[in-house]
Amino acid sequence: MVEDTLNTEELKGKIGIDWEPVVCNIEKGMIQRFAQAIDDPNPLWQDEEHARRSRYGSIIAPPTFIQTVGWGQFEKQFQLQVAPLLSGGRLNGGVELEYYQPVRPGDTITVITKIADVRERQGKKMGKMVFVTFEKTYKNQTQELIAKCRQIAIWYQIGVEHD
Amino acid sequence: MTEQLYYEDIVAGSEISPVVKQATTRQLVMWAGASGDYHEIHYDKDFAQSRGLPGVIIHGQLAGSFLGQLITDWMGEQGSLRKLTCSYRGMNFPGEVITCKGKVSKKYVEDGEHCVECSLWVENPQGEKTVLGMAIVALPTRG
Repeated sequence: MVEDTLNTEELKGKIGIDWEPVVCNIEKGMIQRFAQAIDDPNPLWQDEEHARRSRYGSIIAPPTFIQTVGWGQFEKQFQLQVAPLLSGGRLNGGVELEYYQPVRPGDTITVITKIADVRERQGKKMGKMVFVTFEKTYKNQTQELIAKCRQIAIWYQIGVEHD
Repeated sequence: MTEQLYYEDIVAGSEISPVVKQATTRQLVMWAGASGDYHEIHYDKDFAQSRGLPGVIIHGQLAGSFLGQLITDWMGEQGSLRKLTCSYRGMNFPGEVITCKGKVSKKYVEDGEHCVECSLWVENPQGEKTVLGMAIVALPTRG
C-alpha cells in the first residue's frame, strides 16, 4: 500500500493567510434549487408573494445555504493549496455558522477563506487523522457582514480499519 | 409551518417538534448540484468503497441543513437564527429514516435580545446520534 501523504508541517505554514476572494452573484434559482434539494417547504425560501408580506420583504435563503456560496471556487483553491499536501480520504467533521444578515436573490457575496487551524490526532481505529479548520467570512455588496463559517475537514489514512 | 413561538412560551428542557427525513440517492445528487459539492463519496459507490467507506454516504452539510430546517420551522418567521453548529459523529446513509430532534438548553436576555440556546441532533434508525448540533435563536416576546 502506498503511504498516504499527510504533510501537516507545510500546511501549518499556511495558517492565517487569506485566500483570493471569491465573488458570487446570488440568483433566485440557486435558492430555489437549494430549498428543493434539502426538501424544506418553508414559503420564505420559495414563495415570492408570501415572502414579500413577511418581515423580510423578499425571498431569503435557508440559513445553511451560505456555506455552499462559492463552494466550486473553494474546491479549486483547495485543490491547489491543500490537496497536494494531504492525499488520504476526506470527511466533513463539522461546521459552525454565525449569522448577521439573511441572503437574498440579487446579492453579490464575497467570500474570503483562510486556514485557521491544523491538528493531528492518532485515532484509535482510523490511524493518523488530520483536522483542518477553514474559516470563511461572507460580505454582501454593501460590505455588510452576512455570516462567518468555520468548517472542519478530516483526513484519514485509507486502508486503516475503521468503523 | 406552526404558530409563532414566543420567548415566554418555552422553558429549559422544552422539546423541539422533530423533523423526519429519508434522503434518497436522488436527493444526494440534487444536493450535489445545488451546493456544488461533487465529492464522489456521495454518489459513486465504487469510489466510496475505494476510500474505505461502506458505501455512498449522506453529505454532512445536507444532514446539517435538516437541522437548519428543524430550527427554522420551530422558531417561526419572527425568530432569527444567530448561530448553528453541527458536529458529524457518524455516517448517515441514503434510504435510512433519520429523525432531527432538539431541546432547549437555556434562555437568556443579551443586548436586549431574547435568546434561546438549543441542543440539536440527528438520530439514525438504530437510535445513534450521528450529528450533534447547537443553535442560538432570538425570539419575539409577547410583551
